[in-house]
Amino acid sequence: MEPYTEKVMDHIRNPRNVGEIDDPDGVGEIGNPICGDVMRLYIKVEDNRITDAKFQTFGCGAAIAVSSMLTELVIGKTIEDALRLSNRAVAEALDGLPPVKMHCSALGEDALRAAIRDYMAKQGQQLCVCGELDCPCRPECEERERTRERAHAAAHGIEVEAPEDSPATAGGSTN
Amino acid sequence: MAYIYFDHNATTPLDPAVLEAMMPFLHEAHGNASSFHSPGREAREAVDLARKQVASLIGAQPAEIVFTSGGTEADNHALRGVIARVKAGAGQPPHLVTSAIEHPAVLNTAQMLEQQGCAVSYLPVDEYGRVRPEDARSAINDATALVSVMLANNEVGTIQPVAAIAAIARERKAIMHTDAVQGLGRIPVDVDALGVDLLSISAHKVYGPKGIGALYIRRGTRIAPLIYGGHQERRRRGGTENVPAIVGFGRACELAGELLAESAAREARLRDRLEQGIRERIEHVRINGHPSERLPNTLNVGFTFVEGESLLMNLDIERVAVSTGSACSSGDLQPSHVLLAMGFEAEAAHGTLRFSLGRRTTEEEIATVLDVLVRVVARVRAMSPMYRDFIKGRRPAAASKA
Repeated sequence: MEPYTEKVMDHIRNPRNVGEIDDPDGVGEIGNPICGDVMRLYIKVEDNRITDAKFQTFGCGAAIAVSSMLTELVIGKTIEDALRLSNRAVAEALDGLPPVKMHCSALGEDALRAAIRDYMAKQGQQLCVCGELDCPCRPECEERERTRERAHAAAHGIEVEAPEDSPATAGGSTN
Repeated sequence: MAYIYFDHNATTPLDPAVLEAMMPFLHEAHGNASSFHSPGREAREAVDLARKQVASLIGAQPAEIVFTSGGTEADNHALRGVIARVKAGAGQPPHLVTSAIEHPAVLNTAQMLEQQGCAVSYLPVDEYGRVRPEDARSAINDATALVSVMLANNEVGTIQPVAAIAAIARERKAIMHTDAVQGLGRIPVDVDALGVDLLSISAHKVYGPKGIGALYIRRGTRIAPLIYGGHQERRRRGGTENVPAIVGFGRACELAGELLAESAAREARLRDRLEQGIRERIEHVRINGHPSERLPNTLNVGFTFVEGESLLMNLDIERVAVSTGSACSSGDLQPSHVLLAMGFEAEAAHGTLRFSLGRRTTEEEIATVLDVLVRVVARVRAMSPMYRDFIKGRRPAAASKA
């Protein structure tokens, strides 16, 4: 495996915003301990702007660095801008990740999206997994999301049981 | 602060005496061991001496030692060489019996042979990582050409009942191979006591240079070469001999023989101290591998609620080098195949570290590593959502074994 960049090592050495928020406005949890990575992200939102973010992560060095960098990037952003934050942007902010660890950056984006969905649901708004409000193609988006999760699990050598046909609910965990 | 190296199962530092023995052959003594002139003869004599030194450590005859580029080539030679000879004659596909916890050098070679039509049985292991000889007995059939079970596992250190399995293989007229790479220099290795026909070893695990190993081939064993070329190694392995590396391997084996009893006892005592310290000072840990039938220098520990690589990186920041499972699988997303075969669930298999001690490990280093480890495990657990849930009573301690 390629070595981690100095930025990644810095975030492993001194992770920012570790912990939890007592009365969060949104919580997103993504991943699976079987895969070796779980990220839980708490956000505080005021006037449509993320004012605080904290994380707890079970995972490799890259997963921890991604979580830490993600919190730094989202604090101060509006919900709309936060939704536009891509996993690529998080990886770039860390000066890159080894190819085998790129999927860890997806963990960050997914956890952020899940936390925002949770926040939106509390506001009575339905945010599609694709990040669009009132998305006209929700079922397709959700199916695509499940396919992606299965691919992620498969990368870890895990078979995930076929998706259930239960109606999708907004917010919270998507796994 | 100096670096503390607890990863001797990955590789060992070159012994200064080994380097000294190699030096002339890296410089002035440059002859080709196949040449008839004086420089050639000098190289030939050095290779002959090294062959005796290697043979002596494992109770073999010098003519039974074939130098290879390392343990991986020796394993490839053993498996592919034996199966190639069977294929030449037989009607039904040849059968290979190996175990689920072999090094990738054996496992991936077995899988390649399987794709080429060879039948392969993978023996399971018990919760301590031990193959049961009776499983080998039931797996072996009339088409079984080769049985390959490692001497000691590199990840958890469990020592396999190779002699018992070899006796069964012999009864059934199958050739017996053992990958003894991780056992050499740590436990006594004797080809006759083990009753094996083929045995793989590597220099860099015994304070020798990298890039050199050997396959022991018992006289009379039917095996084809892996690498064709000149007449070197009695036509069993083509290619100009790597004289300096062979000389270093020889000297390293000589030293290993002299130091074995003392260093094994010393490393076991230090390892036990480390194990006891971890048990006493860190909660929710699990010692993996066999309690007694285990390499004296190896300690594999599971830390619940955390992932192994983040522990490794944090220990590295504190200048302590350890490994998660085997170095070969770093960069792999899969949890350790050894721990999975031992019945661990993937979640538990992710949170393990391997500490492997060496000749120069000191008591001070054990004490330092314990202090650092207590701090690092606490720090990484503080980040873990699962540990958080456990503290809040939302999650069981998860003994996390299947």
